[in-house]
Amino acid sequence: MTEMGLYRPGRSVVHRLPAGPKLAALVLFGIGTVLLDHLWQVGIALLVVLFGYRVAGTSLPAALHTAWFQVRPLWWMLAAIGVFHAVTAGWQAAVTVVGSLLGLILLAALVTLTTRTIELVDVVVRVIRPVRRIGIDPERVGLLLTLGIRAVPVVANLAGQVRDAQRARGLATSVRAFAVPLVVRALRHADRMGEALAARGVDD
Amino acid sequence: MSATIKRFRSLAAGPRTRWSARDLALVAMFVGIVAALGLVPALYPFGIAVPITAQTLGVMLAGAVLGGRRGALALAVFLVLVAVGLPLLAGGRGGLAVFVGPSAGFLWSWPLAAFVVGWITERAGAPYRMAPGLLANLSGGLVVVYVIGIPVLAWLAGTSLVAAAVSSAVFVVGDVAKAVLAAVIARGVHAAYPGLLPVRTPAGDSGG
Repeated sequence: MTEMGLYRPGRSVVHRLPAGPKLAALVLFGIGTVLLDHLWQVGIALLVVLFGYRVAGTSLPAALHTAWFQVRPLWWMLAAIGVFHAVTAGWQAAVTVVGSLLGLILLAALVTLTTRTIELVDVVVRVIRPVRRIGIDPERVGLLLTLGIRAVPVVANLAGQVRDAQRARGLATSVRAFAVPLVVRALRHADRMGEALAARGVDD
Repeated sequence: MSATIKRFRSLAAGPRTRWSARDLALVAMFVGIVAALGLVPALYPFGIAVPITAQTLGVMLAGAVLGGRRGALALAVFLVLVAVGLPLLAGGRGGLAVFVGPSAGFLWSWPLAAFVVGWITERAGAPYRMAPGLLANLSGGLVVVYVIGIPVLAWLAGTSLVAAAVSSAVFVVGDVAKAVLAAVIARGVHAAYPGLLPVRTPAGDSGG
């Protein structure tokens, strides 16, 4: 389960911190960035986050590399936002807004990189415990999350079977000819899974 | 007191009282399908620089195949799994970072989008037809996604609504194509695997 996630194993203080406090820190940082409106404040916030990477990782270049990998998919959006603010409100506003967003994204990524998937699932189940009052069983939610994690490799495997079947019949690739049999196979698999769950008493 | 709780419970559970084991299994498998669609390479059917990632196709399919309640839950579970660190988004992205980035609103909209697609699809009932199916896919997969995604983009990016809308407009063509594709796929799936949608009655027919 953990090999599939974004978690990078380690023994640093950041890794050993329980998942709950780490998520709480992230929420506080998110609220805090709304209040930042000076360049030096944003600078300090970014330095604090990069220091977190430094503590969690080994060297500063490695930390920067990891941080860049997390931001890369969003760089064009950050660039567009920066240009917009630079044109309408000046370069200082642009740096402040982009810097705050960057800090928040980097810190969120740091929590993800240093916390096991299963620990975060446990936090989810713990945090939503009050929903028991409105008739939702948190343990059932935990079961559903686990089933969802399990379904990812199962569907990937079914997709491989469908692709092989298509190739064997020499069919050209078409999204429709791929998706329909994949979804139908997944639904049939769900039927078997549902029966297996019912046999184990999930339906009570 | 207990009457209030009972009413809340019926609200939370919807028309049926509980999620059956089969419901949970269907929801879980669709989590896998949305994740698998994230692995499909981006298509460039219009010869321009706007890629179509297959993942929002999964949002529409979840509603169009499973219906509103189960479709919405599938996308909610998918997002929770992304949040706890599985790299399930197109391009292998995941983790908490994507939920605070500027495009986060588009992600947050997915469960509601799947619900709206499914709700309309269920009203139209079985057998699945293209016209109401397409209407459902556009209402949920396009209208809901943009109505939530664009203001959040404007808010997080600190831009005007108009600027955010203009920057999102390039994706409309791809999303319309996905709505058509999702309807075609859903028709094929419902033909091969009947029983997921309520059978249309004459009274329900006039509504769909």
